[in-house]
Amino acid sequence: MKSLAELEAIRERALKEMSLRENTGKIRVVVGMATCGIAAGARPVMNAFIEELHKRNVQNVNVTMTGCIGVCRLEPIAEVITPDGKKTTYVKLDPEKARRIVVEHLINGRPVKEYTIDEVE
Amino acid sequence: MKDLSLHVMDIAQNSITAGATLIKVSLICCDGFLVFRLSDNGNGMDEELLKTVTDPFTTTRETRKVGMGIPLLKLSAEMTGGSFKIESRKGEGTSTEARFVIDSIDRIPLGNVDETLKTLIMANPEIDFEIKFQSEKSSFELKTEEIKKYLNGVPIDNFEVIDWIAGKIRDGLKVVFGGVLNEISG
Repeated sequence: MKSLAELEAIRERALKEMSLRENTGKIRVVVGMATCGIAAGARPVMNAFIEELHKRNVQNVNVTMTGCIGVCRLEPIAEVITPDGKKTTYVKLDPEKARRIVVEHLINGRPVKEYTIDEVE
Repeated sequence: MKDLSLHVMDIAQNSITAGATLIKVSLICCDGFLVFRLSDNGNGMDEELLKTVTDPFTTTRETRKVGMGIPLLKLSAEMTGGSFKIESRKGEGTSTEARFVIDSIDRIPLGNVDETLKTLIMANPEIDFEIKFQSEKSSFELKTEEIKKYLNGVPIDNFEVIDWIAGKIRDGLKVVFGGVLNEISG
């Protein structure tokens, strides 16, 4: 059972880490989460992003969601927006692809070209 | 939509689009029914939109002319012999209720409710969520507003905090619905 004592320990740890890090520009990952995206499997994709980032202790990434991006047949879709405003659109994702994007793009800064909308279309 | 947790995600997305700052999600097993309720304090709908909202050719999005979310949930509930209800007031909010007959062969399973709620909270740290599970056996409540107060400055979308919340919700589901819904062991 999850207890409040555990939450308190997490809080203490997080406070220490927060004081260590300056708030540098954050990368945003936006997952399409309208009916089309959900039915195509967007939620496990989003969860894979969250879990992989957590596992690798990456702090400068925000994972959020949005409604219909407009190309429902290519769902699940996620956009990666870097602090300089550059946007990469990934399509037809699955949890495995999401994990690879975390490592190659979000950590090492190299977009995974073969999953982008330009390659698939 | 193969399980209820995906509908929860989908209906909650409507609330987020409606600018809600508080979203209440409840799952209640009572008298042979599984009742899913989701209410918000978002923009709400006027009477005209409300009348046509269960029609798949009604949608607020601009990218397409069809909106399947609400019609699919309605169909899913009615297929079990249950019912669907949506109430809304412009400027005040919307409340959606789907009742499923638990023992119907057509009832979709609960699915991964903890993953739905975890991703919703993670992606929308500024929205407060009130979660409630209830059965004849037990009940469970979680309010993110209280957790935020407790965290006192540590963001709720911190990975470890989110993990703790997901674990808490999993515990709640098991305690409340274990042995009550046959997809969750007791």
